Amino acid sequence: MIVGEQKPLEEIMGLLGDARKVLVAGCGTCVTVCFAGGEKEVGILASALRMKSRLEGHPLEVDEATVQRQCEWEYLEALRDRVGEYDVVLSLACGIGVQAMNEYFPDSITLPGINTTSLSLPVEQGVWEERCQACGDCILGITFGICPVARCSKQLLNGPCGGSQRGVCEVNADIPCAWQLIWDRAVKLGRVEQLMQIQPPKNWSRSRDGGPRKIVREDLRLVKNE
Amino acid sequence: MAEEQANGFKSGSNLEKILRAGHFAVTAELGPPQSADGDEIRHKAHLLKGVADAVNITDNQTAIVRVSSIASGVIAIQEGLEPVVQMTCRDRNRLAMQSDLLGAYALGMRNLLCLTGDHQSFGNHPQAKNVHDLDSLQLVQMVKAMRDEGIFQCGDPIKGTVPRFFIGAAVNPFGDPFEFRPYRLAKKVAAGVDFVQTQLIYDIPRFREYMKRVVDMGLHEKVYILAGVGPLKSAGAARYMRDKVPGMIVQDVYVDRMEAAVANIPKEDKAGRRDAWQAEGIKICIEQIQEIREIEGVAGVHIMAIEWESAVRPIVEGAGLYPRPTVE
Repeated sequence: MIVGEQKPLEEIMGLLGDARKVLVAGCGTCVTVCFAGGEKEVGILASALRMKSRLEGHPLEVDEATVQRQCEWEYLEALRDRVGEYDVVLSLACGIGVQAMNEYFPDSITLPGINTTSLSLPVEQGVWEERCQACGDCILGITFGICPVARCSKQLLNGPCGGSQRGVCEVNADIPCAWQLIWDRAVKLGRVEQLMQIQPPKNWSRSRDGGPRKIVREDLRLVKNE
Repeated sequence: MAEEQANGFKSGSNLEKILRAGHFAVTAELGPPQSADGDEIRHKAHLLKGVADAVNITDNQTAIVRVSSIASGVIAIQEGLEPVVQMTCRDRNRLAMQSDLLGAYALGMRNLLCLTGDHQSFGNHPQAKNVHDLDSLQLVQMVKAMRDEGIFQCGDPIKGTVPRFFIGAAVNPFGDPFEFRPYRLAKKVAAGVDFVQTQLIYDIPRFREYMKRVVDMGLHEKVYILAGVGPLKSAGAARYMRDKVPGMIVQDVYVDRMEAAVANIPKEDKAGRRDAWQAEGIKICIEQIQEIREIEGVAGVHIMAIEWESAVRPIVEGAGLYPRPTVE
């Protein structure tokens, strides 16, 4: 899922600037599941903003709204009658949701209240680990289902660097070495020889390096030949 | 295009000739300064002149900004050294790498060491974006294809002079997974590496075990393996490398010996302790070289005296490796 975490309150106050009337807008999908920007987090942040602004002598008027998905136009329609009443909208959706709001309501300003961090797996309650970089050219089929693009700090494709020791990455001991994981799995499956093949330089043009990516599925489009 | 030059050498570098002639090779390391001080490079070059067959010039070592390895290499050549240009995959994409390779060759450099690079979080710009467009193995492949096929990574022909490097890489027998390490070397050999230099060895039994596997796989006949050694500077430095540096193993015996070296010198006598440590560090290094030299498959040593280039001469002399042979 898309995972994010709330920005520090100080930073949010700075972003709000001299706005006096704020709508905190949550999203009911990924950021709800990762406890960063759902209805509950919207309520907590709105209360925090009210208290802090009051303590600082410039009380904010803060309202709350959460839509099912901020990244789809049809769900934003529910906010159409409200956004105009506020100086700014503070979105707790991922970066896609924030941009969708700005595109759909071009006369209003929507600010980000969370940092979108990663495509992660909730490995246990309260812990999310990055699993995918959306590189556009999946290699999980040759690395035994463990992604070195997302999970090796140096995105190595042909084995571990010299800094792998006791199963952890040189960057810090909280990061399992992706190549240790890949090797262990290859050994367990009896397919070590698969790792002896040299992987050629990756085609990064299918990643963000090729420019912003776009998928067009003509078979799904309602308006043809645009 | 023929794989070798008319004289049979891939690059014609001194290091290649020394190894091909069957001499036990000696390489050393020169760390460029963190300022634009060319005289410091000249000074270090002077300390290393004549005691090593070629000298590695580090590339933003430990992810700290320093004079570039190629620029330092120019000064090294002016001072009569043969450089081994180190190139990491951390700071450059394939365009920048190839452009630098053309430039380095045009400037007279003939040896290249292909490295992944320490992670930038260790250095003085931890907020930098890292590149890793290629990994070190893909870099080896690219340099080999430029040399032997006369093509750029994209497949376009190099019109004109082709850069012909003696291609090196690093290996770490002390990293994990240990079982993977000999295979990783095999992959580098398959990619086209001519020589490798190892991580600093402070665990000879483990290095011996690694080399046994390498020899069993026949890799020592396909690549020149230079064993990495270096003098310890103090007991604290030994402990630090043992406990803190990822990818290193330091046996307790070395820490104990460094501690024992200053056991009878009071803490206030800083100069006395430093001298005792340095003498012991050099002594240990010489003993290590003599022991490692006997291990099958080792073609030479790579002496890394980090920020202590003056230690290389006494080590080379003490190990009976001086004077260095000349080859044509």
